[in-house]
Amino acid sequence: MTDLHSIAFMLNGKSVTADVDARLHLADFLRHTLHLTGTHIGCEHGVCGACNVLVDGRSTRSCLMLAVQVDGAHVETIEGLTASGQIADLQAAFTARNALQCGYCTPGVLATAAELLTGNKPTRDEIRDALSGNYCRCTGYHAIVDAIETVAGKRHGGAP
Amino acid sequence: MTANLKTGASLPRRTAARLVAGKGRYTDDIQVAGLLHVAFVRSSYPHARLKRIETRAAADMPGVVAVLTGNDLAKVCAPWQTQLALLPSHLSPPQMPMAQGEACWQGEAIVAVVATSRALAEDATESVEIEWEELPVVADVQAAALADAPVVHSAMTSNLGLDHTVSTGDAEAAFRQAAVTVEHTFSFDRQTGVTLEPRTILAEFDPRLQQLTIHHSHQVPHQMRDIFAAQLKLPLSNVRVVAPDVGGAFGLKLAAYPDEMAVATIAVLLERPVKFCADRLEAFVSDNHAREAKVHGRMAVDADGRLTAMDVSVVSGFGAYSAYPRGSVGEALQAVHMVAAPYKMAHLRGRVRGYFQNKPPSGVLRAVGQPIATTVTEQLLDLAARRLSLDPAELRRRNYVDTATATARSAGGIVLAELSLERCHDRLLQLMDYATLRQQQRMHRDKGIYRGIGLAAFIEQTAVGPTLYGAQNVRASAQETCRLTLEADGAIRCATSITDQGQGTSTALAQIVADALGVDIETVEIATGDTQLTPFGGGAWASRGTALGGEAALRAARKLKESVLGIAGALLQTEPDLLKIEDGRIYNTASPLPQMSLADIATTAYFKAHLVALTELPALEITESFAPRDLPYVAANGIQAAHVEVDVELGTIRVLDFWVVDDCGRVINPLLVDEQIRGGVVQGIGAALYEQCIYGADGQLENGSLVDYLVPMASEMPDIHVAHVQTPTSATTLGARGVGEAGTVGAAAAIWTAVNDALTPFGVVLSEQPFTPERVLDALAARKD
Ligand code: FES
Ligand code: FES
Repeated sequence: MTDLHSIAFMLNGKSVTADVDARLHLADFLRHTLHLTGTHIGCEHGVCGACNVLVDGRSTRSCLMLAVQVDGAHVETIEGLTASGQIADLQAAFTARNALQCGYCTPGVLATAAELLTGNKPTRDEIRDALSGNYCRCTGYHAIVDAIETVAGKRHGGAP
Repeated sequence: MTANLKTGASLPRRTAARLVAGKGRYTDDIQVAGLLHVAFVRSSYPHARLKRIETRAAADMPGVVAVLTGNDLAKVCAPWQTQLALLPSHLSPPQMPMAQGEACWQGEAIVAVVATSRALAEDATESVEIEWEELPVVADVQAAALADAPVVHSAMTSNLGLDHTVSTGDAEAAFRQAAVTVEHTFSFDRQTGVTLEPRTILAEFDPRLQQLTIHHSHQVPHQMRDIFAAQLKLPLSNVRVVAPDVGGAFGLKLAAYPDEMAVATIAVLLERPVKFCADRLEAFVSDNHAREAKVHGRMAVDADGRLTAMDVSVVSGFGAYSAYPRGSVGEALQAVHMVAAPYKMAHLRGRVRGYFQNKPPSGVLRAVGQPIATTVTEQLLDLAARRLSLDPAELRRRNYVDTATATARSAGGIVLAELSLERCHDRLLQLMDYATLRQQQRMHRDKGIYRGIGLAAFIEQTAVGPTLYGAQNVRASAQETCRLTLEADGAIRCATSITDQGQGTSTALAQIVADALGVDIETVEIATGDTQLTPFGGGAWASRGTALGGEAALRAARKLKESVLGIAGALLQTEPDLLKIEDGRIYNTASPLPQMSLADIATTAYFKAHLVALTELPALEITESFAPRDLPYVAANGIQAAHVEVDVELGTIRVLDFWVVDDCGRVINPLLVDEQIRGGVVQGIGAALYEQCIYGADGQLENGSLVDYLVPMASEMPDIHVAHVQTPTSATTLGARGVGEAGTVGAAAAIWTAVNDALTPFGVVLSEQPFTPERVLDALAARKD
């Protein structure tokens, strides 16, 4: 059953090498092999976005990507994004605005928001569109949109 | 009082900072040495006899530790049966963790493969051979009701599991005398909860101590401890259930699921730690479903627009078994008893029947049956308003029940007290600028743009007490308990029976305790979700956390304060009445200087008690319980409005705006309350527009994935405006009512009335939820023909 491949990639700014089973997806590899449990699994078929991580700066479904495919890539998970401080403003805004309840969707939502906020200041509708691949059962989205809008405003130097 | 009171303040949740950093600890995140993984072989038939199960080939697969059948588990686990003392005809056959002899729904667990990894366990499931004999299938409720219908389970004699009537006043006569009568049929498709974190359980058994420890993504750990102990014949004190972070629950995680019982059983049988985490596909066919109902409703109104009577007939689908332990009747009963609850109406006739079907069991989903009752009532009110040429808002305004002072009962028997429907209504119309929207609606229609405005007033049953399940002989505790301790370092530890899946009840309790004691909120630690650390009680169900758990905490805090001041009085040789606590320090009311701190009190009481000149040292650990015993529940109320646009060419519906005015009594933390309402509203919008478990007549689920089962996503959802009227309940000293289900109780109804309002020019009234584009276009086409 096992068909091992050697991979080398950057994970949260550090180089990692590993031998991985060909069928192992990135989400399981992160969670169960590397014990980075901040990446969550909600569907394993590419719809819910709970598993979103940044691969080469793009928010990516880690359940749809095989671990072997990250060979040579830069992967950032919620643990790395937190440690580097690059989304500290987003995290603070989510907390202050109560933009999460159970928190299960949150790391994936933050990966999406992190990518969105590297571009131009988005409108409320653009924030909603960017989030259309992140399912949240708890919040109803309004508070998430508010939190991202606040940070977008601050990063672009104006009022939210 | 002090200026910096926490109660009523929008404090962020303290766990949020941990969760946004990816430091949640959900059940699947927990590492255990030697952990084994369970994968189930599930029935691919909705109804079949299990003629032979061959497990040997699977047992020989790599990594496989055991392959177990229902018969293997029966050696350790006793069967259970859902029984409701007041409804003896609700007969559900005895159940086992996995099917024995007969599978009754597509998705029922048949064989468990236990292996060293989930992937290896799944590989081996493919080598399990089962010889099936297909049996006749009953999927549709109407098919289940036929006199010659086959039975869902061979141990049943009939599929009928509930036949209940309500009769108040003389509905017959009221309909005869009515100026206007309207009627409509309603269909509510089956839905499911789709918590983002699927059901997950991790079970560990220590054979030396005979101790079972379960980590469980669940709402009611104390209930589950009771059930695991009973089924596995262990003393209650040998079982510990811990609900760590839970990724959404909404009632779905209130039941004792057979496959989860199987995991606990396997841990005991193998004496090894085992874990099961449902994947999304099996969640769709093994999580409890909800809502499936067909309703026929009539309403009678007099010439002044006064609602006089309703006649409602409900047929509800239960699935193959009644959910354990709470049963599957709640949805159907609420659908009838909650009709017209916000309105003065003297006459009601109702009948509700529920049928078993070869589908997954139906159970609790946020708001249980109340959305159905609200939808039927509000849609019929709109139809009556049209017949009377009255504005729908005006018709409602004439009919609200006025229970500002007295306790009243609705025609359906709902106990109402201290409501504020008229005030909520007036506030809502102002908030949404109702008059302007109506004007614009007319202008848009002239341009071929079809917008609708929908209203839905609602009553929400919150803080449900022991009469609901206690009277049914169901062991689901309705009492909430707080154990409050002054720690030796002067901090406060609050151990509560309620559980928090993100609602923020832990934060609300900390606010209540901090204010009642006069301490810094940072010094209040909350313990929750672990049967070993927390006192016995209900957990999270029926919108109880802050209303009941908060009341218990308030009572405990007041007593602890008395103890602290008693000791302080003795030490300071002052009357305790002249002392107060602020910021964790004790002041004499006559002086601005603190006399001592809570830490000083703790140090003296715990290490130098000889210095306290009292014969009895007052307790510094207080346990207080609370359950409403004079009222069955604390009713809350409110009103919602939706503004929608229907594209009559495409059949699509866009929700433009949404408003809620809610009265949940005293608001402890607006930031938490508003998000409970918004989250609940979106679940109601999902029900009205998207969510449906599509079953063929053959009992097969046709859309069991997140690709095919549509849920509300950010780009389709509106902003939701929330406002409050605060009428504290006198049922508690705290005054808070529940709010967890308010959004869901009314949102689907507001969408129904809004969409049908938009379609008025076409003379079309939709009758099947969800309003898919196909259904909208079909209804429009049928009208044109
Ligand atoms: S788990 Fe990857 S998209 Fe849902
Ligand atoms: S906060 Fe629970 S799924 Fe988003």
